[in-house]
Amino acid sequence: MNWITNYVRPKINSMLGRREMPENLWIKDPESGEMVFHKDLESNQFVIPSSGHHMKISARERLKFFFDNGAFETLENPKVATDPLKFRDEKRYVDRLKDAKAKTGMEDAILNALGTIEGLPVVATVQDFAFMGGSLGMAAGDAIIHAFETAVEKRRPMILFAASGGARMQEGILSLMQLPRTTVALDRLKEAGLPYIVVLTNPTTGGVTASYAMLGDVHIAEPGALIGFAGPRVIEQTIREKLPDGFQRAEYLMDHGMVDMVVSRLELKSTIARLLKILMKTPEASRPEKSEIVPAPVVVTTEARPQA
Amino acid sequence: MYNYLDFEKPVQDLDGKIIELKKLAESGEAVDVADEIARLEKRSKDALRDAYKALTPWQKVQVARHPDRPHCLDYVDALFTDFTTLAGDRAFGEDEAIIGGFARFRGEPVAVIGQEKGSDTKSRIKHNFGSAKPEGYRKAVRIMELADRFSIPVVTLVDTAGAFPGVEAEERGQAEAIARSTSACLGLKVPSISVVIGEGGSGGAIAIATANRVFMLEHAIYSVISPEGAASILWRDTTRSKDAATNMKITAQDLLDLKVIDAIIPEPLGGAHRAPETVMKAAGDLIAKTLADFAAKPTDFREQRREKYLAIGRSL
Repeated sequence: MNWITNYVRPKINSMLGRREMPENLWIKDPESGEMVFHKDLESNQFVIPSSGHHMKISARERLKFFFDNGAFETLENPKVATDPLKFRDEKRYVDRLKDAKAKTGMEDAILNALGTIEGLPVVATVQDFAFMGGSLGMAAGDAIIHAFETAVEKRRPMILFAASGGARMQEGILSLMQLPRTTVALDRLKEAGLPYIVVLTNPTTGGVTASYAMLGDVHIAEPGALIGFAGPRVIEQTIREKLPDGFQRAEYLMDHGMVDMVVSRLELKSTIARLLKILMKTPEASRPEKSEIVPAPVVVTTEARPQA
Repeated sequence: MYNYLDFEKPVQDLDGKIIELKKLAESGEAVDVADEIARLEKRSKDALRDAYKALTPWQKVQVARHPDRPHCLDYVDALFTDFTTLAGDRAFGEDEAIIGGFARFRGEPVAVIGQEKGSDTKSRIKHNFGSAKPEGYRKAVRIMELADRFSIPVVTLVDTAGAFPGVEAEERGQAEAIARSTSACLGLKVPSISVVIGEGGSGGAIAIATANRVFMLEHAIYSVISPEGAASILWRDTTRSKDAATNMKITAQDLLDLKVIDAIIPEPLGGAHRAPETVMKAAGDLIAKTLADFAAKPTDFREQRREKYLAIGRSL
């Protein structure tokens, strides 16, 4: 690929053996072209330190970064019918699934986990773009429903990290049916009085945005994430002109009132924990240092209060 | 007379001959042509029956998109009285790709929402070819909320190639509008019926097609992406639309097998456009029967709808 990979890789390969090797020790920032050392990047949650570019990460990495001490318990996904349409395009769908499983080590595009963030127990659902573009089919749909149901059962808030190119076309209409199906599950969570936070990551498009990804109580987007219903290419073909800079990016959605905040990956956990603790009415943690600075909570008493 | 589809070529040829003969007869030049006309008409009908005997999914796509096919407003005219259109989303604007309002259906109050494609250049532009923008879906939500408040059942007529993919639609939150509309369908306490009368195009369709009972016309299609779109993405070859149409299972018959829809409304020989009144009456009769069933057996319609959707795919 370039002189660094050519030069460095064979040498380290021979020392460590292939299996432990990350694919690229040096990773190129797609924005600035700068080369960043893999380890530095990992310790920065795959946000390129100089440019702030947020790289795609796997579902497991996401959970590891998100939960306290990187500890979480994954939920088993419900079993669904595989390839009910017996679909094939240039390749058989079952083969595409097999490849995606081998590549990602996942059963499908969704990984659900239980864990705590700053001590608060939550359910987190992560969509992995590496698994067939994070596409939404029956397996992912049922996994998402299962996550919502688990959250209701355990009375925990739900956080969903969306990343998807849209519906899994190889499942035809059954993939489209995941839009209303997941909506049923999230409506029930809302009725149970539990909060639902959506984190929109790069990219989140298509049918996924037209359902659970845009129905959060609070929408948080990672900087620069592409978020939209129709893909940019489709829109360009429709209007036959070039799209404006920054179109369908997280900041654009924020400007247009579709997301509440654009938050760096490094700040996600603290932001979400802070908000959820308020929504869940978690008693405020003791504030050993702050309590001296911040005035004591106002106690409303009926008698001692001057009439204003 | 008709816009013939390419697989209807034999019918078109015969009909052409019939018209020529009729002209000859009128001009008085021809000898007795009545027998010949009758013979040709029978052959034309046979050819039509042959052509429609086993339509391929791709042929159904063409029938579903036929420009003369009865559209939403035709159904509104034929089936509803006192139709009172409501307009606007109360936030940005009015979108005539979706029409909606309140009406009487065989005397009983109903809310009607549907996509209208238009029937000539002018009306097609006015209705944006049936491709709605966020304000269209937000208007639909408004009407559903009103229907719920007044305990009036909702009937939707689905016919769209898809939601509009444009800059302004994205800017105003197309995805969110569709998601809210689907959620509004699911949240209705009143019963709802959805009829896919032509094209059920992906998210743009499901936004109003999520109902207690979903019906499709015999040659309607309902799909997660257009066959053209699937061909270009999955095959990277736009000429493979036929394969995409076949493999994605988009016909009413396939969807009934997959238990995604509840019933099929038969179309007259040669498709809905050859006898619009017949097909609209058939749709009306099924809507009437279904509404009567709802009235006879009141239940928790929201819960029934939710469970119905959760069950989709679980028995495959």
